[in-house]
Amino acid sequence: MNERRILLRYVPLGVFLGIVFTKGEVISWFRIQEMFRFQSFHMYGIIGSAVAVAALATWLIKHRGMRALGGGEIETKVKPSAGLNYRYWIGGSLFGLGWGLLGACPGPIYALIGNGVSVMFVALFAALAGAWAYGYFAPRLPHH
Amino acid sequence: MIETLSQPWPWWVAGPLIGLIVPLLLLAGSKQFGLSTSFRQICAATAPGQIEYFRYDWKRGMWRLMLILGIIGGATIAATLLASPDPIVGISPATHADLETLGINDFKGMVPSEFISWSGLLTLPGFVMVVVGGFFVGFGARYADGCTSGHAISGLSTFQFSSLVAVLGFFAGGLVATHLLLPLIFGAW
Repeated sequence: MNERRILLRYVPLGVFLGIVFTKGEVISWFRIQEMFRFQSFHMYGIIGSAVAVAALATWLIKHRGMRALGGGEIETKVKPSAGLNYRYWIGGSLFGLGWGLLGACPGPIYALIGNGVSVMFVALFAALAGAWAYGYFAPRLPHH
Repeated sequence: MIETLSQPWPWWVAGPLIGLIVPLLLLAGSKQFGLSTSFRQICAATAPGQIEYFRYDWKRGMWRLMLILGIIGGATIAATLLASPDPIVGISPATHADLETLGINDFKGMVPSEFISWSGLLTLPGFVMVVVGGFFVGFGARYADGCTSGHAISGLSTFQFSSLVAVLGFFAGGLVATHLLLPLIFGAW
């Protein structure tokens, strides 16, 4: 199977995700506010059950020694488990500031564009500017 | 059937389905769920400059851009064929009251469209939420090496301590934004 056809298999997975993000209201600014005000279980239930299902399924894949489509080996751990490094807590807190204001993390930014909230193109452009600024300043930022 | 699917989905339906994307990506080609890397890829593809962080083979992550195209398409399907009959979001009455105190009156749709809209960009809250918020989402996600998908879902589900630290950071930042910055920019401090 050629590379292009292999890439096409990720499109339906995205469609699935876009539908769930929208119908589960994960992309709702109001739902994110509700979460950060601890006034509903909705978002905690979503994140918690998503993590539980992902953990169980990943364990099963490793435990059974399952292989990817086409026979490749499955690698489940790529991020180094480096603990309390600066980048995780400083970067994480800055991301949280943005998440609280915008009410959308990267996946939902794309999903909101699909929902016709066209001003999210501005948010996407701002996020790209932020990512670019990170790349520019990265050599001078504390990471470890 | 369509009628049932058109209602907002409860957490116990949406959450497990989102979790399933992790094994589906592993089985499809040993891919790790994470969406903010797309920001790095798009920068690398369009404006890498002399910046080392952007001088890498972004095409190797083409699968992620395909996934994102799908997300945009799937969201469009959900917003049209499966549009909720009631456009008002079903948030808790307490949140509704808090946000009204802040100065938000329109609870239709996914975002407060008095502020998060093209005309809303001309208001201070709208500008800060969309532009400043967007900037920090991009900056912070790349600094932390992951966002909600990469750290909160992929990372936590493989028990990585660094992801737990990042997620605690996400919440710390979100609480500051919600309880300090929003009242400040809405003049309700």
